[in-house]
Amino acid sequence: MTAPAIELKGISKSFGPVHANKDIDLRVEKGTIHGIIGENGAGKSTLMSILYGFYEADAGTIAVDGTVVKIKNSDQAIALGIGMVHQHFMLVEPFTVLENIMLGAEGGAFLNKGRAAARKELERLEREFELHVDLDAVVDDLPVGLQQRVEILKALYRGAEILILDEPTGVLTPDEADHLFRILGQLKAQGKTVMMITHKLREIMAITDDVSVMRQGEMVATRQTAHTSVDELAELMVGRHVLLRVDKGPANPGAVKLSVSGLTVVDELGVTRLKNVSFDVRQGEIVGIAGVSGNGQSELLEAIAGIGPIASGEVHLDCDAEDTPWRPRPGLGHVPEDRHKMGLVTKFQARENTILGYQREAKFGQGMFLDRAAILETTKAEMERYDVRPPDPYLKAANFSGGNQQKIVIAREIEQDPDVLIVGQPTRGVDVGAIEAIHRRLIELRDSGKAILLVSVELDEIRALSDRILVMFAGEIMGELPPTATEREVGLLMSGVRAEEAAE
Amino acid sequence: MNKQLPGWVDFGLLPILNLLTAFLIAGLVVVAIGENPLEAVGHILFGAFGYGEGIGYTIFYTTNFVFTGLAVAVAFHASQFNIGGEGQAYIGGLGVGLACLALDSTLPWWGILPFAMLGGALFGGIWGAIPGYLYAKRGAHVVITTIMFNFISFSLMVYVIVNFLKTPSNMAVQSRTFEQSAWLPKLTWLDGLVPGIAGSPANVSVLVALAACVFVYILIWRTKFGYEVRTFGANPEAARYAGISTTRVVVIVMAISGALAGLMALNPVMGEQNRVFLDIPQQAGFVGIAVALMGRSHPLWIIFAALLFGMLYQGGAELAFEMPSINRDMIVVIQGLVILFAGAMEFMFRPMVAKFFAGEAA
Repeated sequence: MTAPAIELKGISKSFGPVHANKDIDLRVEKGTIHGIIGENGAGKSTLMSILYGFYEADAGTIAVDGTVVKIKNSDQAIALGIGMVHQHFMLVEPFTVLENIMLGAEGGAFLNKGRAAARKELERLEREFELHVDLDAVVDDLPVGLQQRVEILKALYRGAEILILDEPTGVLTPDEADHLFRILGQLKAQGKTVMMITHKLREIMAITDDVSVMRQGEMVATRQTAHTSVDELAELMVGRHVLLRVDKGPANPGAVKLSVSGLTVVDELGVTRLKNVSFDVRQGEIVGIAGVSGNGQSELLEAIAGIGPIASGEVHLDCDAEDTPWRPRPGLGHVPEDRHKMGLVTKFQARENTILGYQREAKFGQGMFLDRAAILETTKAEMERYDVRPPDPYLKAANFSGGNQQKIVIAREIEQDPDVLIVGQPTRGVDVGAIEAIHRRLIELRDSGKAILLVSVELDEIRALSDRILVMFAGEIMGELPPTATEREVGLLMSGVRAEEAAE
Repeated sequence: MNKQLPGWVDFGLLPILNLLTAFLIAGLVVVAIGENPLEAVGHILFGAFGYGEGIGYTIFYTTNFVFTGLAVAVAFHASQFNIGGEGQAYIGGLGVGLACLALDSTLPWWGILPFAMLGGALFGGIWGAIPGYLYAKRGAHVVITTIMFNFISFSLMVYVIVNFLKTPSNMAVQSRTFEQSAWLPKLTWLDGLVPGIAGSPANVSVLVALAACVFVYILIWRTKFGYEVRTFGANPEAARYAGISTTRVVVIVMAISGALAGLMALNPVMGEQNRVFLDIPQQAGFVGIAVALMGRSHPLWIIFAALLFGMLYQGGAELAFEMPSINRDMIVVIQGLVILFAGAMEFMFRPMVAKFFAGEAA
């Protein structure tokens, strides 16, 4: 029996009063793919950061290949053969692939010699692991999937035997994700060890040999993937039984409430972000927009919300809300894609966030003054109705968990009783328990006759909630599919292949 | 990182730690000169609070710093760094002076005061709003434009005084003195409590300064506009999402900021010199930046921070008088150290203190 690639014993780490990791034991066997799952804030990233030398553990030991080691910085981690592929790539975009990989390992003050050696070594690695990338391509020109391959190559070039991947599929199309899994399989076949952090249960089932579940800073279980199920893992993650499927009846669409026609958006740099987009959303239905992020969804949401520029085309809302000069689109609720950047002022208390975007409504104060009592009442009521925890209106928004922050935003937008609701990434960074509640709420709203436009990069979410699916690619709508469409059908459109082309 | 610290640590302990460090280093400088630092502190404290006239001067300087501190603070809430308080106060002085010159033979001081306030606020407000407009419409950074507007104001005021306000019989570059009935009353009603205060330039504009604190508090934390200002300052993207207009917020905030700085001129123009003269603000516009930083842009803390700088100004003058080897420039060094530690390096001790409290909580 060989020593495990990595063995953690009793790892603990606190940030002030927060125990990010509590007495963690973990054993990762050599030549396996080991998944680590857990909700946001469960401590996965902290644990990996300890392993990669970003943080030092307060207590506990790390053993690599059976030897107890101290990892104080990432240089030491690299020297021990640990490589990391971050969720957000650490690449210099105007540099070529080769230059990026050499960065920090140039091999001397002059580049020429190092460059030739690096090229030779990389060509060998590419052959060995079937990781083909053009070494002279500029990173900026590469699609996301290939950029990720550059990151993997970078780690291998530095002699990584153990590869840590942090949420590797968040930015990939299903097709690209499949390709990544093939690469990981190849790495495993060559004897490398892979640790993959994710919150997507399906990926764990598809690719890993073993899986460890974290919850609230503790390692709650390790299972052989072959001997567990999605349901068991979900239950371990949340600590209780969860409903992964959304129960919903058939839609009952009524009159058109939101009508987008010929919408084109050109950004500041003159790049066309949205090309001639047209669709309707009817009362009582959820229309889902699927697509890999960055294909025009953000621009679409902002244009509909009336806060982004429109080059040509029209957005028409059929609402009977009064016209208010200060509100871009009365009668429209908008849950923005990024709650930290847009949906909340994180340093404001919860009660102050209750009125964001509605600060001039008469119910929150007559004349120029704010009615603080009314605002507080509204916050308390919303917190109770949407089960925001802790239900403390004075707590700063930054101090709520992702799921509870999202509930604050959703509660605010829904409670204004809009006719049309546009929702961006409603469950991004939200834990499984809260996802369930948010999904149920959206279905309820649909059934109460609201028109809902849902934008999400989570294909499962789109398929579970939508009554019609529109797929976006490069700023265009590639086609419309029923919710019964297979993942492959949606995936093809997401990667820009139209149905008729696929058939050829 | 653990960001939550008890309020008294953030607003009490940390500023005091910063202040002590500044004094410690200033004390070392005093030692290097060959004087006893404790004695120097004694002179500062006595000069600032030891006798009626000294207290009056401290109040006088404090009044200036409250106005300019509030001016910087209001702009801070919209994340605008208004360092043009000096110019806005100077131009505001013209507004105050013109009101007094026009009305001093017809109205008593309390009749003129509203017009003087209006004049100061209007002139200072316009001087602040122009950089605000340039930022909102043209993207010109407020730091650059406000500092340029300081220089413009210096030249403009010399031009206006020399060409329009100076009395031909007088060599000094200043306007005629206002009729005595237009002078803001001194704090004579406090003379029983603090004998000698009536001999200082302290005047009723200190009450206007306190009223301005209340005004700023209500504006920022109780009005819809204040909410929009804070939203814009904390997260411009969220402000865009909430339908808040950048132009509206920035221009109005900069106008209010300039108006507060302009009101400062009441104190020296209508309360002390009773004429329009050269260099009305006397650096108070710049001290206001430190006051706002130290006071965390909150009116209550700004009062205390302004008092600290008022004390350093007045006590420093006393110290320079009592210990000739510590000249006026040394006082500026001490003030500079306070600004350095309380303003620029205000977060230096924060991680250590946070660690200490985290350790205690664990």
